Amino acid sequence: MTKRQEKIIRIMEPDQLRRVIMRISHEILEKTENHEDLAIVGIVTRGAHLARRVVDNIKEIEGINPPFGILDITLHRDDLDISGTREMHKTEINFDLNEKNIVLVDDVLFSGRTVRAALDEITDYGRPKKIQLAVLIDRGHRELPIRADCVGKNIPTSFDEKVRVHLKEEDGEDVVLLVKQED
Amino acid sequence: MKELWKRKDLLGLQELSSEEIQLILDTADSFKEISLRAIKKVPALRGKTIVNLFLEPSTRTRTSFELAAKRLSADTVNISASASSFTKGETLKDTARNLQALKIDILIMRHSAAGSARFLADILDASVINAGDGAHEHPTQALLDLFTLKQKKGKIKNLNVTIIGDILHSRVARSNIWGLTKLGANVTVAGPATLMPVGIERLGVTVCTDVNKAIKQADAINILRIQMERQKTNLFPSIREYRDLYGIDLEKLKNASKDILVMHPGPINRDVEISSEVADSSYSVILDQVTNGLAVRMAVLYLVAGSAAVLEVN
Repeated sequence: MTKRQEKIIRIMEPDQLRRVIMRISHEILEKTENHEDLAIVGIVTRGAHLARRVVDNIKEIEGINPPFGILDITLHRDDLDISGTREMHKTEINFDLNEKNIVLVDDVLFSGRTVRAALDEITDYGRPKKIQLAVLIDRGHRELPIRADCVGKNIPTSFDEKVRVHLKEEDGEDVVLLVKQED
Repeated sequence: MKELWKRKDLLGLQELSSEEIQLILDTADSFKEISLRAIKKVPALRGKTIVNLFLEPSTRTRTSFELAAKRLSADTVNISASASSFTKGETLKDTARNLQALKIDILIMRHSAAGSARFLADILDASVINAGDGAHEHPTQALLDLFTLKQKKGKIKNLNVTIIGDILHSRVARSNIWGLTKLGANVTVAGPATLMPVGIERLGVTVCTDVNKAIKQADAINILRIQMERQKTNLFPSIREYRDLYGIDLEKLKNASKDILVMHPGPINRDVEISSEVADSSYSVILDQVTNGLAVRMAVLYLVAGSAAVLEVN
Protein backbone atom coordinates (compact mmCIF):
# COMPACT_ATOMS: atom_id res chain seq x y z
CA MET A 1 0.00 0.00 0.00
CA THR A 2 1.42 3.39 -0.95
CA LYS A 3 0.98 6.08 1.62
CA ARG A 4 -1.24 8.88 0.46
CA GLN A 5 0.02 12.45 0.60
CA GLU A 6 -1.36 14.69 3.29
CA LYS A 7 -2.16 18.32 2.66
CA ILE A 8 -2.21 20.34 5.86
CA ILE A 9 -3.95 23.71 6.21
CA ARG A 10 -3.68 25.85 9.33
CA ILE A 11 -7.16 27.05 10.15
CA MET A 12 -6.67 28.58 13.58
CA GLU A 13 -3.62 30.35 14.95
CA PRO A 14 -2.64 30.67 18.64
CA ASP A 15 -4.19 34.12 19.09
CA GLN A 16 -7.47 33.10 17.51
CA LEU A 17 -7.57 29.98 19.64
CA ARG A 18 -7.05 32.01 22.81
CA ARG A 19 -9.86 34.41 21.86
CA VAL A 20 -12.23 31.60 20.96
CA ILE A 21 -11.64 29.82 24.26
CA MET A 22 -12.23 33.13 26.04
CA ARG A 23 -15.51 33.59 24.16
CA ILE A 24 -16.61 30.05 25.04
CA SER A 25 -15.85 30.79 28.71
CA HIS A 26 -18.04 33.92 28.55
CA GLU A 27 -20.80 31.98 26.83
CA ILE A 28 -20.73 29.29 29.49
CA LEU A 29 -21.14 31.93 32.21
CA GLU A 30 -23.90 33.62 30.24
CA LYS A 31 -25.83 30.36 29.84
CA THR A 32 -25.49 29.32 33.48
CA GLU A 33 -28.09 30.86 35.75
CA ASN A 34 -26.56 29.93 39.07
CA HIS A 35 -22.77 30.10 38.95
CA GLU A 36 -22.49 28.17 42.22
CA ASP A 37 -23.79 25.04 40.48
CA LEU A 38 -21.34 25.26 37.60
CA ALA A 39 -18.78 22.46 37.08
CA ILE A 40 -16.48 21.93 34.12
CA VAL A 41 -15.58 18.43 32.88
CA GLY A 42 -13.11 17.87 30.05
CA ILE A 43 -12.87 14.76 27.91
CA VAL A 44 -9.39 13.20 27.81
CA THR A 45 -6.96 14.25 26.34
CA ARG A 46 -7.30 17.62 24.67
CA GLY A 47 -10.80 18.32 25.95
CA ALA A 48 -9.34 18.13 29.45
CA HIS A 49 -6.67 20.72 28.62
CA LEU A 50 -9.29 23.00 27.06
CA ALA A 51 -11.51 22.57 30.12
CA ARG A 52 -8.65 23.57 32.38
CA ARG A 53 -8.19 26.76 30.35
CA VAL A 54 -11.90 27.49 30.53
CA VAL A 55 -11.76 27.13 34.32
CA ASP A 56 -8.83 29.58 34.44
CA ASN A 57 -10.74 32.06 32.28
CA ILE A 58 -13.84 31.80 34.44
CA LYS A 59 -11.72 32.47 37.53
CA GLU A 60 -10.37 35.58 35.84
CA ILE A 61 -13.72 36.84 34.57
CA GLU A 62 -15.99 36.10 37.46
CA GLY A 63 -13.71 35.39 40.40
CA ILE A 64 -15.24 31.96 41.01
CA ASN A 65 -13.53 28.57 40.97
CA PRO A 66 -15.89 25.94 39.55
CA PRO A 67 -15.14 22.26 40.30
CA PHE A 68 -13.13 20.66 37.51
CA GLY A 69 -13.03 17.03 36.42
CA ILE A 70 -11.62 14.93 33.63
CA LEU A 71 -13.37 12.07 31.93
CA ASP A 72 -11.76 9.15 30.11
CA ILE A 73 -14.51 7.57 28.03
CA THR A 74 -12.51 4.58 26.75
CA LEU A 75 -14.58 2.01 28.68
CA HIS A 76 -17.84 3.49 27.42
CA ARG A 77 -16.90 3.33 23.75
CA ASP A 78 -19.03 1.27 21.38
CA ASP A 79 -16.22 0.13 19.10
CA LEU A 80 -14.16 -2.34 21.18
CA ASP A 81 -14.90 -5.12 18.68
CA ILE A 82 -14.02 -2.87 15.74
CA SER A 83 -11.05 -0.87 16.95
CA GLY A 84 -9.75 -2.84 19.92
CA THR A 85 -8.39 -1.39 23.14
CA ARG A 86 -6.94 2.06 23.43
CA GLU A 87 -4.51 3.69 25.75
CA MET A 88 -6.40 4.58 28.89
CA HIS A 89 -6.17 7.49 31.25
CA LYS A 90 -7.87 8.10 34.53
CA THR A 91 -11.26 9.60 35.08
CA GLU A 92 -11.01 12.10 37.92
CA ILE A 93 -14.24 13.54 39.22
CA ASN A 94 -13.55 14.42 42.82
CA PHE A 95 -16.70 16.38 43.52
CA ASP A 96 -20.35 15.54 43.98
CA LEU A 97 -22.00 16.19 40.64
CA ASN A 98 -25.57 15.68 41.82
CA GLU A 99 -27.62 18.83 41.10
CA LYS A 100 -24.64 20.40 39.34
CA ASN A 101 -24.75 22.22 36.04
CA ILE A 102 -22.08 20.32 34.14
CA VAL A 103 -20.38 21.70 31.06
CA LEU A 104 -18.66 18.97 29.06
CA VAL A 105 -15.69 20.21 27.06
CA ASP A 106 -14.10 18.52 24.06
CA ASP A 107 -11.89 19.61 21.19
CA VAL A 108 -13.68 18.31 18.09
CA LEU A 109 -17.34 17.32 17.70
CA PHE A 110 -17.66 14.80 14.86
CA SER A 111 -19.87 11.68 14.96
CA GLY A 112 -21.15 12.45 18.45
CA ARG A 113 -20.19 9.00 19.72
CA THR A 114 -17.61 10.31 22.17
CA VAL A 115 -20.21 12.63 23.67
CA ARG A 116 -22.72 9.78 23.90
CA ALA A 117 -20.12 7.75 25.85
CA ALA A 118 -19.33 10.75 28.05
CA LEU A 119 -23.01 11.29 28.89
CA ASP A 120 -23.31 7.64 29.89
CA GLU A 121 -20.22 7.79 32.05
CA ILE A 122 -21.22 11.01 33.79
CA THR A 123 -24.53 9.54 34.83
CA ASP A 124 -22.61 6.73 36.56
CA TYR A 125 -21.32 9.36 38.96
CA GLY A 126 -24.67 10.84 39.83
CA ARG A 127 -27.53 12.91 38.49
CA PRO A 128 -26.52 16.40 37.40
CA LYS A 129 -29.20 19.04 37.09
CA LYS A 130 -28.11 19.79 33.57
CA ILE A 131 -25.36 18.81 31.14
CA GLN A 132 -24.21 21.15 28.41
CA LEU A 133 -21.62 20.65 25.72
CA ALA A 134 -18.89 23.07 24.65
CA VAL A 135 -16.55 22.21 21.78
CA LEU A 136 -13.73 24.06 20.10
CA ILE A 137 -14.52 22.78 16.60
CA ASP A 138 -17.73 21.37 15.15
CA ARG A 139 -16.86 19.59 11.92
CA GLY A 140 -20.27 18.06 11.18
CA HIS A 141 -21.07 14.47 10.13
CA ARG A 142 -23.10 13.58 13.19
CA GLU A 143 -24.16 9.95 13.57
CA LEU A 144 -26.24 10.58 16.69
CA PRO A 145 -28.79 13.23 17.64
CA ILE A 146 -26.29 15.35 19.59
CA ARG A 147 -25.49 19.06 19.32
CA ALA A 148 -23.20 21.47 21.14
CA ASP A 149 -24.38 24.43 23.24
CA CYS A 150 -21.20 26.43 22.69
CA VAL A 151 -19.12 26.09 19.54
CA GLY A 152 -15.74 27.76 19.01
CA LYS A 153 -15.80 27.44 15.25
CA ASN A 154 -17.88 25.53 12.73
CA ILE A 155 -15.67 23.96 10.08
CA PRO A 156 -17.54 22.24 7.26
CA THR A 157 -15.43 19.24 6.25
CA SER A 158 -15.67 16.34 3.89
CA PHE A 159 -15.75 12.92 5.49
CA ASP A 160 -12.18 11.96 4.65
CA GLU A 161 -10.69 15.19 5.96
CA LYS A 162 -9.40 15.33 9.50
CA VAL A 163 -9.37 18.13 12.01
CA ARG A 164 -6.40 18.08 14.38
CA VAL A 165 -6.34 20.31 17.39
CA HIS A 166 -2.85 20.87 18.78
CA LEU A 167 -2.51 22.33 22.26
CA LYS A 168 0.58 23.59 24.03
CA GLU A 169 0.13 21.21 26.97
CA GLU A 170 0.12 18.17 24.70
CA ASP A 171 1.70 19.12 21.40
CA GLY A 172 3.85 22.17 22.20
CA GLU A 173 1.81 24.58 20.05
CA ASP A 174 -1.71 26.01 19.91
CA VAL A 175 -3.03 25.48 16.38
CA VAL A 176 -5.94 23.85 14.56
CA LEU A 177 -5.10 21.95 11.38
CA LEU A 178 -7.25 20.64 8.57
CA VAL A 179 -5.66 17.55 7.07
CA LYS A 180 -6.67 16.47 3.57
CA GLN A 181 -5.72 13.15 2.04
CA GLU A 182 -4.56 13.54 -1.56
CA ASP A 183 -4.02 10.78 -4.09
CA MET B 1 1.33 6.14 20.99
CA LYS B 2 1.90 3.18 23.21
CA GLU B 3 2.09 -0.36 21.93
CA LEU B 4 -1.32 -2.04 21.93
CA TRP B 5 -2.09 -5.45 23.37
CA LYS B 6 -1.93 -8.08 20.62
CA ARG B 7 -2.33 -11.41 22.40
CA LYS B 8 -5.47 -13.52 22.36
CA ASP B 9 -4.52 -15.13 25.67
CA LEU B 10 -2.68 -14.42 28.89
CA LEU B 11 -0.86 -17.62 29.75
CA GLY B 12 2.14 -16.46 31.74
CA LEU B 13 4.70 -13.75 32.30
CA GLN B 14 7.57 -15.76 30.85
CA GLU B 15 6.42 -15.00 27.30
CA LEU B 16 5.60 -11.32 27.87
CA SER B 17 7.94 -8.44 27.13
CA SER B 18 8.60 -5.83 29.80
CA GLU B 19 6.55 -3.38 27.66
CA GLU B 20 3.56 -5.71 27.71
CA ILE B 21 3.81 -6.11 31.49
CA GLN B 22 4.07 -2.33 31.83
CA LEU B 23 1.01 -1.87 29.62
CA ILE B 24 -1.06 -4.12 31.89
CA LEU B 25 0.14 -2.26 35.01
CA ASP B 26 -0.61 1.15 33.45
CA THR B 27 -4.04 0.00 32.30
CA ALA B 28 -4.78 -1.41 35.77
CA ASP B 29 -3.96 1.97 37.28
CA SER B 30 -6.83 3.51 35.30
CA PHE B 31 -9.19 0.75 36.45
CA LYS B 32 -8.60 1.29 40.18
CA GLU B 33 -10.90 4.27 40.29
CA ILE B 34 -13.95 2.40 38.93
CA SER B 35 -14.33 0.44 42.17
CA LEU B 36 -14.58 3.75 44.06
CA ARG B 37 -17.48 5.12 41.99
CA ALA B 38 -21.09 5.34 43.10
CA ILE B 39 -21.92 2.86 40.33
CA LYS B 40 -19.02 0.40 40.22
CA LYS B 41 -19.60 -0.68 36.67
CA VAL B 42 -18.59 0.31 33.16
CA PRO B 43 -20.13 -1.08 29.97
CA ALA B 44 -16.82 -2.01 28.30
CA LEU B 45 -17.45 -5.77 28.02
CA ARG B 46 -21.22 -5.69 27.67
CA GLY B 47 -22.41 -8.74 25.76
CA LYS B 48 -19.25 -10.78 26.40
CA THR B 49 -19.49 -14.12 28.16
CA ILE B 50 -16.75 -15.12 30.56
CA VAL B 51 -16.41 -18.59 32.07
CA ASN B 52 -14.50 -19.26 35.28
CA LEU B 53 -13.32 -22.87 34.99
CA PHE B 54 -11.69 -23.63 38.33
CA LEU B 55 -10.59 -27.22 38.73
CA GLU B 56 -8.70 -26.44 41.93
CA PRO B 57 -10.12 -24.62 44.96
CA SER B 58 -9.89 -20.83 45.04
CA THR B 59 -11.57 -17.99 46.91
CA ARG B 60 -9.53 -14.91 46.08
CA THR B 61 -8.68 -15.46 42.45
CA ARG B 62 -12.09 -16.72 41.39
CA THR B 63 -14.02 -14.02 43.25
CA SER B 64 -11.63 -11.39 42.00
CA PHE B 65 -12.01 -12.49 38.37
CA GLU B 66 -15.76 -12.74 38.71
CA LEU B 67 -16.08 -9.26 40.21
CA ALA B 68 -13.69 -7.89 37.60
CA ALA B 69 -15.85 -9.34 34.83
CA LYS B 70 -19.05 -8.05 36.42
CA ARG B 71 -17.67 -4.54 36.90
CA LEU B 72 -16.93 -4.55 33.17
CA SER B 73 -20.54 -5.63 32.49
CA ALA B 74 -19.66 -9.08 31.13
CA ASP B 75 -21.82 -12.11 31.90
CA THR B 76 -20.08 -14.71 34.02
CA VAL B 77 -20.50 -18.41 34.63
CA ASN B 78 -18.62 -20.41 37.26
CA ILE B 79 -17.71 -24.05 36.89
CA SER B 80 -16.01 -26.01 39.65
CA ALA B 81 -14.63 -29.52 39.38
CA SER B 82 -16.90 -31.15 41.94
CA ALA B 83 -20.12 -29.86 40.36
CA SER B 84 -19.23 -30.52 36.73
CA SER B 85 -19.06 -33.41 34.30
CA PHE B 86 -15.38 -33.92 35.20
CA THR B 87 -16.72 -36.20 37.91
CA LYS B 88 -18.33 -38.24 35.10
CA GLY B 89 -14.99 -38.51 33.32
CA GLU B 90 -15.33 -35.86 30.64
CA THR B 91 -11.93 -34.74 29.40
CA LEU B 92 -10.68 -31.19 29.65
CA LYS B 93 -10.62 -30.89 25.88
CA ASP B 94 -14.23 -31.99 25.48
CA THR B 95 -15.38 -29.69 28.25
CA ALA B 96 -13.62 -26.76 26.63
CA ARG B 97 -15.02 -27.53 23.18
CA ASN B 98 -18.51 -27.71 24.64
CA LEU B 99 -18.01 -24.34 26.27
CA GLN B 100 -16.85 -22.98 22.94
CA ALA B 101 -20.01 -24.33 21.31
CA LEU B 102 -21.89 -22.11 23.77
CA LYS B 103 -20.06 -19.13 22.20
CA ILE B 104 -18.07 -17.97 25.17
CA ASP B 105 -15.57 -15.14 24.70
CA ILE B 106 -13.09 -15.61 27.53
CA LEU B 107 -12.17 -18.71 29.53
CA ILE B 108 -10.44 -18.20 32.86
CA MET B 109 -8.88 -21.40 33.95
CA ARG B 110 -7.19 -23.03 36.93
CA HIS B 111 -5.93 -26.58 36.69
CA SER B 112 -3.43 -28.75 38.53
CA ALA B 113 -1.50 -29.60 35.34
CA ALA B 114 1.25 -27.27 34.12
CA GLY B 115 0.61 -26.28 30.52
CA SER B 116 -3.14 -26.88 30.67
CA ALA B 117 -3.93 -23.23 29.88
CA ARG B 118 -1.67 -23.35 26.82
CA PHE B 119 -3.30 -26.61 25.74
CA LEU B 120 -6.76 -24.99 25.69
CA ALA B 121 -5.54 -21.71 24.23
CA ASP B 122 -4.25 -23.61 21.20
CA ILE B 123 -7.55 -25.36 20.47
CA LEU B 124 -10.04 -22.61 21.33
CA ASP B 125 -11.03 -19.43 19.50
CA ALA B 126 -11.99 -17.94 22.85
CA SER B 127 -9.32 -16.11 24.84
CA VAL B 128 -7.79 -18.13 27.66
CA ILE B 129 -6.53 -16.55 30.86
CA ASN B 130 -4.36 -18.69 33.07
CA ALA B 131 -5.45 -18.44 36.70
CA GLY B 132 -2.86 -21.00 37.80
CA ASP B 133 -1.60 -24.13 36.05
CA GLY B 134 0.09 -26.58 38.39
CA ALA B 135 3.47 -25.33 39.60
CA HIS B 136 4.00 -23.42 36.35
CA GLU B 137 2.49 -19.90 36.29
CA HIS B 138 -0.08 -17.68 37.96
CA PRO B 139 0.33 -14.52 35.90
CA THR B 140 -2.37 -12.29 37.40
CA GLN B 141 -1.03 -12.93 40.93
CA ALA B 142 2.45 -11.82 39.87
CA LEU B 143 0.98 -8.80 38.06
CA LEU B 144 -0.90 -7.70 41.15
CA ASP B 145 2.26 -8.20 43.22
CA LEU B 146 4.16 -6.00 40.75
CA PHE B 147 1.36 -3.44 40.82
CA THR B 148 1.41 -3.33 44.63
CA LEU B 149 5.20 -3.01 44.72
CA LYS B 150 5.09 -0.14 42.27
CA GLN B 151 2.26 1.54 44.15
CA LYS B 152 4.05 1.33 47.51
CA LYS B 153 7.66 1.84 46.42
CA GLY B 154 7.15 4.04 43.37
CA LYS B 155 9.25 1.79 41.14
CA ILE B 156 10.29 -1.78 40.53
CA LYS B 157 13.69 -1.38 38.91
CA ASN B 158 16.57 -2.12 41.31
CA LEU B 159 14.27 -3.11 44.18
CA ASN B 160 15.48 -6.06 46.25
CA VAL B 161 12.68 -8.57 46.47
CA THR B 162 12.94 -11.82 48.42
CA ILE B 163 10.54 -14.67 47.82
CA ILE B 164 10.37 -16.98 50.83
CA GLY B 165 9.08 -20.50 51.24
CA ASP B 166 8.06 -23.38 49.04
CA ILE B 167 9.60 -22.28 45.75
CA LEU B 168 9.45 -25.83 44.39
CA HIS B 169 5.65 -26.06 44.20
CA SER B 170 4.95 -22.39 43.66
CA ARG B 171 3.53 -21.00 40.42
CA VAL B 172 3.35 -17.64 42.19
CA ALA B 173 7.13 -17.74 42.65
CA ARG B 174 7.81 -18.55 39.00
CA SER B 175 5.52 -15.85 37.61
CA ASN B 176 6.96 -13.36 40.09
CA ILE B 177 10.54 -14.24 39.16
CA TRP B 178 9.84 -13.70 35.46
CA GLY B 179 7.94 -10.48 36.03
CA LEU B 180 10.35 -8.98 38.54
CA THR B 181 13.51 -9.78 36.59
CA LYS B 182 12.00 -8.41 33.36
CA LEU B 183 11.27 -5.12 35.13
CA GLY B 184 14.78 -4.93 36.58
CA ALA B 185 14.33 -5.98 40.23
CA ASN B 186 16.91 -8.05 42.08
CA VAL B 187 15.28 -11.28 43.16
CA THR B 188 16.40 -13.59 45.97
CA VAL B 189 14.65 -16.86 46.72
CA ALA B 190 14.87 -18.31 50.22
CA GLY B 191 13.63 -21.49 51.77
CA PRO B 192 14.60 -25.01 52.78
CA ALA B 193 16.90 -26.73 50.29
CA THR B 194 14.32 -29.48 49.84
CA LEU B 195 11.78 -26.91 48.60
CA MET B 196 14.23 -25.22 46.23
CA PRO B 197 14.07 -26.40 42.60
CA VAL B 198 17.37 -27.51 41.13
CA GLY B 199 18.74 -24.91 38.72
CA ILE B 200 16.45 -22.09 39.83
CA GLU B 201 19.41 -19.66 39.67
CA ARG B 202 19.29 -19.99 35.88
CA LEU B 203 16.21 -17.73 36.03
CA GLY B 204 18.48 -14.93 37.23
CA VAL B 205 17.81 -15.14 40.96
CA THR B 206 20.04 -15.47 44.01
CA VAL B 207 19.44 -18.56 46.13
CA CYS B 208 19.71 -18.31 49.89
CA THR B 209 18.80 -20.90 52.51
CA ASP B 210 19.31 -18.56 55.49
CA VAL B 211 16.12 -16.53 55.68
CA ASN B 212 17.61 -13.95 58.08
CA LYS B 213 20.30 -13.16 55.56
CA ALA B 214 17.78 -13.12 52.73
CA ILE B 215 15.55 -10.44 54.26
CA LYS B 216 18.30 -8.16 55.55
CA GLN B 217 18.67 -6.10 52.37
CA ALA B 218 15.13 -6.65 51.09
CA ASP B 219 12.78 -3.80 50.15
CA ALA B 220 9.97 -6.32 50.02
CA ILE B 221 9.40 -9.94 50.90
CA ASN B 222 6.81 -12.17 49.31
CA ILE B 223 5.97 -15.00 51.68
CA LEU B 224 4.58 -18.11 50.02
CA ARG B 225 2.02 -20.38 51.56
CA ILE B 226 3.14 -23.81 52.69
CA GLN B 227 1.03 -25.90 50.36
CA MET B 228 -0.08 -28.80 52.56
CA GLU B 229 -2.03 -30.27 49.63
CA ARG B 230 1.14 -30.63 47.55
CA GLN B 231 3.39 -32.15 50.24
CA LYS B 232 3.17 -35.75 49.12
CA THR B 233 6.56 -36.64 50.53
CA ASN B 234 7.96 -35.17 53.71
CA LEU B 235 10.07 -32.28 52.46
CA PHE B 236 10.55 -30.75 55.89
CA PRO B 237 10.44 -32.51 59.24
CA SER B 238 7.59 -30.63 60.91
CA ILE B 239 5.45 -27.53 60.72
CA ARG B 240 7.04 -26.36 63.96
CA GLU B 241 10.53 -26.64 62.57
CA TYR B 242 9.51 -24.80 59.41
CA ARG B 243 7.97 -22.02 61.47
CA ASP B 244 11.05 -21.65 63.63
CA LEU B 245 13.49 -21.58 60.72
CA TYR B 246 11.51 -19.91 57.93
CA GLY B 247 8.30 -18.48 59.38
CA ILE B 248 8.41 -14.66 59.34
CA ASP B 249 7.73 -13.10 62.73
CA LEU B 250 8.51 -9.70 64.25
CA GLU B 251 11.75 -11.11 65.69
CA LYS B 252 13.11 -11.94 62.22
CA LEU B 253 11.97 -8.56 60.86
CA LYS B 254 14.13 -6.76 63.46
CA ASN B 255 17.12 -7.22 61.16
CA ALA B 256 15.24 -5.96 58.12
CA SER B 257 14.65 -2.48 56.73
CA LYS B 258 12.09 -0.37 58.61
CA ASP B 259 10.17 0.18 55.35
CA ILE B 260 10.06 -3.45 54.32
CA LEU B 261 6.86 -4.53 52.58
CA VAL B 262 5.42 -7.89 53.55
CA MET B 263 3.38 -9.55 50.80
CA HIS B 264 1.58 -12.87 50.71
CA PRO B 265 -0.56 -14.24 47.89
CA GLY B 266 -3.02 -15.82 50.34
CA PRO B 267 -4.55 -17.82 51.81
CA ILE B 268 -2.24 -17.36 54.80
CA ASN B 269 -1.46 -20.10 57.29
CA ARG B 270 -1.28 -17.93 60.40
CA ASP B 271 1.70 -18.76 62.59
CA VAL B 272 3.19 -21.13 60.04
CA GLU B 273 4.90 -19.18 57.24
CA ILE B 274 3.82 -15.82 58.68
CA SER B 275 3.07 -14.90 62.28
CA SER B 276 -0.24 -13.28 63.10
CA GLU B 277 1.53 -10.13 64.36
CA VAL B 278 3.31 -9.69 61.03
CA ALA B 279 0.21 -10.45 58.97
CA ASP B 280 -1.71 -7.73 60.82
CA SER B 281 1.22 -5.29 61.12
CA SER B 282 1.81 -2.05 59.25
CA TYR B 283 4.47 -3.87 57.16
CA SER B 284 1.76 -6.02 55.64
CA VAL B 285 0.19 -5.05 52.30
CA ILE B 286 -1.70 -8.32 51.97
CA LEU B 287 -5.13 -6.70 51.70
CA ASP B 288 -3.83 -4.00 49.34
CA GLN B 289 -2.76 -6.88 47.11
CA VAL B 290 -6.34 -8.15 47.07
CA THR B 291 -7.74 -4.71 46.21
CA ASN B 292 -5.16 -4.22 43.47
CA GLY B 293 -5.86 -7.71 42.12
CA LEU B 294 -9.30 -6.60 41.07
CA ALA B 295 -7.96 -3.67 39.04
CA VAL B 296 -5.27 -5.85 37.47
CA ARG B 297 -7.81 -8.49 36.45
CA MET B 298 -10.14 -5.87 35.00
CA ALA B 299 -7.22 -4.61 32.93
CA VAL B 300 -6.32 -8.10 31.73
CA LEU B 301 -9.92 -8.93 30.76
CA TYR B 302 -10.29 -5.64 28.93
CA LEU B 303 -7.02 -5.97 27.02
CA VAL B 304 -7.65 -9.59 26.05
CA ALA B 305 -11.23 -8.80 24.96
CA GLY B 306 -9.99 -6.00 22.72
CA SER B 307 -7.32 -8.18 21.11
CA ALA B 308 -9.83 -9.80 18.72
CA ALA B 309 -10.22 -6.54 16.78
CA VAL B 310 -6.47 -5.87 16.73
CA LEU B 311 -5.64 -9.39 15.56
CA GLU B 312 -8.30 -9.27 12.83
CA VAL B 313 -6.95 -6.03 11.32
CA ASN B 314 -3.40 -7.37 11.16
